[in-house]
Amino acid sequence: MTDALDFRELQTLAAEILGIEPERVQLPLSFAHDLAADSLDIVELMMAVEDRYAVALPEQELEQMKSVGDLWRYLLAHHGERTSERDAVVG
Amino acid sequence: MGSAVGRPVAVTGLGFVTPIGNDTETVWANLVEGRSGVGPITLFDPGDLPTRIAAEVKGFEPERFMDRKAARHLARYSQFGLAAARMALDDAGVDPSRLDPDAVGVVLSSGVGGIDEVERNQATLMARGPRRISPFAVPMMIADMGAGVIAMHVGAGGPNFAVVSACASSAHGIGEAAEIVRRGDAEVMLAGGSEAAITPLMLGAFCQIQAVSTRNDAPERACRPFDTGRDGFVMGEGAVMLVLEDGERARRRGARVLAEIGGYAATADMYHYTAPDPEGRGASRAMRKAVTRAGLEPEQVGYINAHGTSTRLGDIAETIAIKRVFGEHARRLAVSSTKSMVGHLLGAAGAFEAAVCVLAIDRGVLPPTINLESPDPECDLDHVANHARPARVDVALSNSFGFGGHNACVVVQRPGRNGTAAPAADQRTS
Repeated sequence: MTDALDFRELQTLAAEILGIEPERVQLPLSFAHDLAADSLDIVELMMAVEDRYAVALPEQELEQMKSVGDLWRYLLAHHGERTSERDAVVG
Repeated sequence: MGSAVGRPVAVTGLGFVTPIGNDTETVWANLVEGRSGVGPITLFDPGDLPTRIAAEVKGFEPERFMDRKAARHLARYSQFGLAAARMALDDAGVDPSRLDPDAVGVVLSSGVGGIDEVERNQATLMARGPRRISPFAVPMMIADMGAGVIAMHVGAGGPNFAVVSACASSAHGIGEAAEIVRRGDAEVMLAGGSEAAITPLMLGAFCQIQAVSTRNDAPERACRPFDTGRDGFVMGEGAVMLVLEDGERARRRGARVLAEIGGYAATADMYHYTAPDPEGRGASRAMRKAVTRAGLEPEQVGYINAHGTSTRLGDIAETIAIKRVFGEHARRLAVSSTKSMVGHLLGAAGAFEAAVCVLAIDRGVLPPTINLESPDPECDLDHVANHARPARVDVALSNSFGFGGHNACVVVQRPGRNGTAAPAADQRTS
C-alpha cells in the first residue's frame, strides 16, 4: 500500500460507520462534537481503519485523534506499516 | 391470596413483527385463515442439520422504525422490539415523549437476547483474536438492551427491564408490567417480548435434544400441537408489544380499550430442566391462581390460548393441567394453539399469545389449531381444529411454560366485563 491515499475512500468508510452522508466527513471536523460519534463508534471506526489501511493505531495516538484531519494525517504517514493483524492495539 | 387488587389495566395498543405478518391486520387475517408462517430457513445455511425449517420474520424493514446507524448497532431482537413498540404506541395513540418521564415504562422480555451477536463475535474471536471483537458486542448481546433501546427511542423513562424465563419470558413480563400499572408505579407500560434466535447454535442445540420438528419436506404442516403426527416444535422469531394502561387514564382520554389484563400468576414446576411435570401440577397452580387473582371462577373462562408447543410431553401435560383446574368445564371451553401457525416465538411467545387473546375477545373469533388431523386421544379437549370459530368470549387465559419449569398465566378479559365476580367489578367503579 504505497499508492497515494484517496480521501473519498476514508469518507465512505467513516460515513458507513457513523451513519451519515460521506460529504459530511471533512478534515476540520471533530468526530465527537461535529459528527456525533460516541466512544463505541470511535472504536468501531478505528478498527475498520486499521483493517482498511493496514495500520496499527496506538492508544496514545488515538487520544490525540480528535478530528478527521488528525486521522487523515496519521494515515498518510503510516499506512501499510502493519504486517500482522495482532499488532492492532484498538480493542 | 384473593382477587386482584388495585386498578384495572387496559390494553390499548398492539404491535407485531411476526412470521405471519408485521402489522395487526395481516397477522389477524392469517390467524383467522389458518395460514402457517413456517418455511425453509433462509437466515443461514442449515447444512445437514436434522431440522432445516423455521418460522422466520419476512419483509422486515428496520429503517421504517429507526435510522441506519441505530439499525447497525441493534441486534435483530432489539430491532424487532423497537419496531413492535412503535407500532403499539401508534395503535394506542400514546406518545411517551409528551408525558412525564416516569409515566411510561417498558418491559421487553427475551429468552436469549442477542444470541446472533454472541455467535458472530465468537466467530470473530476465534478467527481474528480479541482485538477484533466489536465494541458493540456487549450492548448488542445483552437481553435487557431491547427494553433500554425502546426507552431511548420513544422517550419512556419509567420502570425499564427485561424478564428472562425462557418460553414464558414475555408472559411474566406482561404480568409484572400489569402489576406495575395496577399499583400505580406507571400510568402506561409497554410490555411484550422479542426473540431472534434462529441461529446455527440455537437450532443445533435444540436439534441435540430432539425438541424440534424435522418435517423439512412439509414446513407448513410441521407444527401440529395435539396431533398424533407431531414431532416437536418449530422455532419462530419476532416481537409483540402491548400497551398496558391504567384503566381510568384510558377512560379519561377516550382511548379505545381492546381488553383488560385481569390477573396473572406464576409458579415453578420444581421438576426438570426441559420436561414439564407430567401431572401438570405447576401449570395448574398457575392457571388457578391467575383466575382467582382476576376475581373469577374457572367456569367463566371461555378460551385458553395454550402453550401447546407440539411436543408430546408438553401437550399432554398441559391437557392434564387444564383438566385439573377446570374439571367438567374443560370440555366446554375452547383451547387452541396458535403456535401451529406462527411457530414458537420463545421469549416472545407469551406476548404473541396474550395479544391473540386480546384480539379474540375484541373481534369475536377464536383462531384455530391448524394441522390437527389426527387428534391425540390424550389431548381430548376442544382445540378449535383447523378452522377459526366465531365466538363471544369474555375471559381468556394465556398459558406460557418455559424450560426451567417456569409457568406464567395471564387472564385477558373484556373491558368492563359484567362478570359475576364482585371484587373486580367493584374496583372498576372505585
